[in-house]
Amino acid sequence: MLATIIRKELRMLFISPLAWILLALIQLMFAGFFLMRLDAFLEIQSQLLQVINSPGITEIVISPSFASAAIVLLMITPILSMRLLAEERRNHTLTLLISAPVSIIDIVLGKFLSIMIFFALVIMLIIALSISLRIGGMLDFGLLFSNAIGLFLLTACFSALGLYISSLTAQPVIAAIGSLGMLLGLWMIDLVANETNGWMHYISLLKHFRYFNQGLIDTLSIAYFILFIVTFLVLTIRHLDEERLHG
Amino acid sequence: MVDVTGLVTLSTQNLHRNFGHHIAVCDVNLQLRRGEVLGLLGPNGAGKSTAMRMLTGNLAPSSGSIEICGIDLLDKPLEAKAHLGYLPEIPPLYFDMTVNEYLLLAARLHRVNKQVMQIVLKNVKQRCGLRDKGKYLIGTLSKGFQQRVGIAQAIIHNPDVIILDEPTVGLDPNQVQEIRLLIRELGKTSSVILSTHILLEVENVCDRVQIMHKGAVVFDQTMIELRQQDASLEDIFAQLTRS
Repeated sequence: MLATIIRKELRMLFISPLAWILLALIQLMFAGFFLMRLDAFLEIQSQLLQVINSPGITEIVISPSFASAAIVLLMITPILSMRLLAEERRNHTLTLLISAPVSIIDIVLGKFLSIMIFFALVIMLIIALSISLRIGGMLDFGLLFSNAIGLFLLTACFSALGLYISSLTAQPVIAAIGSLGMLLGLWMIDLVANETNGWMHYISLLKHFRYFNQGLIDTLSIAYFILFIVTFLVLTIRHLDEERLHG
Repeated sequence: MVDVTGLVTLSTQNLHRNFGHHIAVCDVNLQLRRGEVLGLLGPNGAGKSTAMRMLTGNLAPSSGSIEICGIDLLDKPLEAKAHLGYLPEIPPLYFDMTVNEYLLLAARLHRVNKQVMQIVLKNVKQRCGLRDKGKYLIGTLSKGFQQRVGIAQAIIHNPDVIILDEPTVGLDPNQVQEIRLLIRELGKTSSVILSTHILLEVENVCDRVQIMHKGAVVFDQTMIELRQQDASLEDIFAQLTRS
């Protein structure tokens, strides 16, 4: 049943031009960032040669590209997640899923996984971009891997939050603005956490992502991401159940 | 003597639902047998749609129980829903899908066997008069055809209980006639509940009629009894629901 829901969601996503436009735009932006960093690297390359234990191309080009990708995906997630439940509700199609012998857990998980498949595709494109550097030098695959894992978990957090907000309303636009607001709020926390270094530090998603960005796969960060994802998925399931109970 | 309990496909006990202080459905007891078409009548806001939403698991009752083919809907929702087909008041259609895509999705959601999927699809399109509409986008179809797609979605998995909320709304007189024939045919093998505002439709299609008013069932008789008494449904309806 889960597979049916995922298949349906992906079909709905790729039927519309939205997914294709987003993929093209994202790729264009990444390529831009990537080229800029590469230019910078080539300029300082001769100086780097004189430094012992100097940072390599992975640290100078790929890590910053992933860091900007995180911000771009933060902006784009609400556009993708808004329609997941809000649109179903507006078009009264949620009834089809709920009257069918499918559990609410399957519906929510299917929608979440379908959007994660989309993001996996996006991240794969960034990885392909990074691997193209192999033509001219050596790559630190460990760092690339930790960046990819970090970005995947981060987008999973964004999507889970977006899915929850989408379950609260029947208006996709309100869902999009709501999730964007929440995600920007989480980004703001990151800016605050930079300075105070107190407990806020632990809440900020992007702060946790920064460890992955530096090549550090921290179990605490993974635990936080997973906790964040599970919390919002459970809230979504609870909300849909609640609706059935209270009308 | 045939075992009567084995034939009961849907039964509810003291179904009750309130929204805050407002009582939408109160003490509804239904018993539906295989091969029976039940017409649910009532003025707007009588609680017909709420009752139907409860029967299909879209809304939980405040109290009472629902059994579908002997399976409790609240305890084992997935098993019970497998026996159900439901057309809500507003058909749940994805306008971006073609008719074929949509009906296949409905079939997969209702666990129709993969091998028979194409046969089932062909069959249901034939029954609902959608034979040459398979490749059309649902959004481009007229209201009448969209309504048919909604009906097709509800019957594609050959359910034991079919619940149709105002199925003939928006259809032209010929289509209404076809859909009525279809419902009669469905009523031979399954149980059908349909809600409607058209009294003539009930007289033509249904075996039994119930009238709801202010959340309660105020009238429950078979059409045969009604005909024997030579009573007009219109008069009864007006009498019971005017107050």
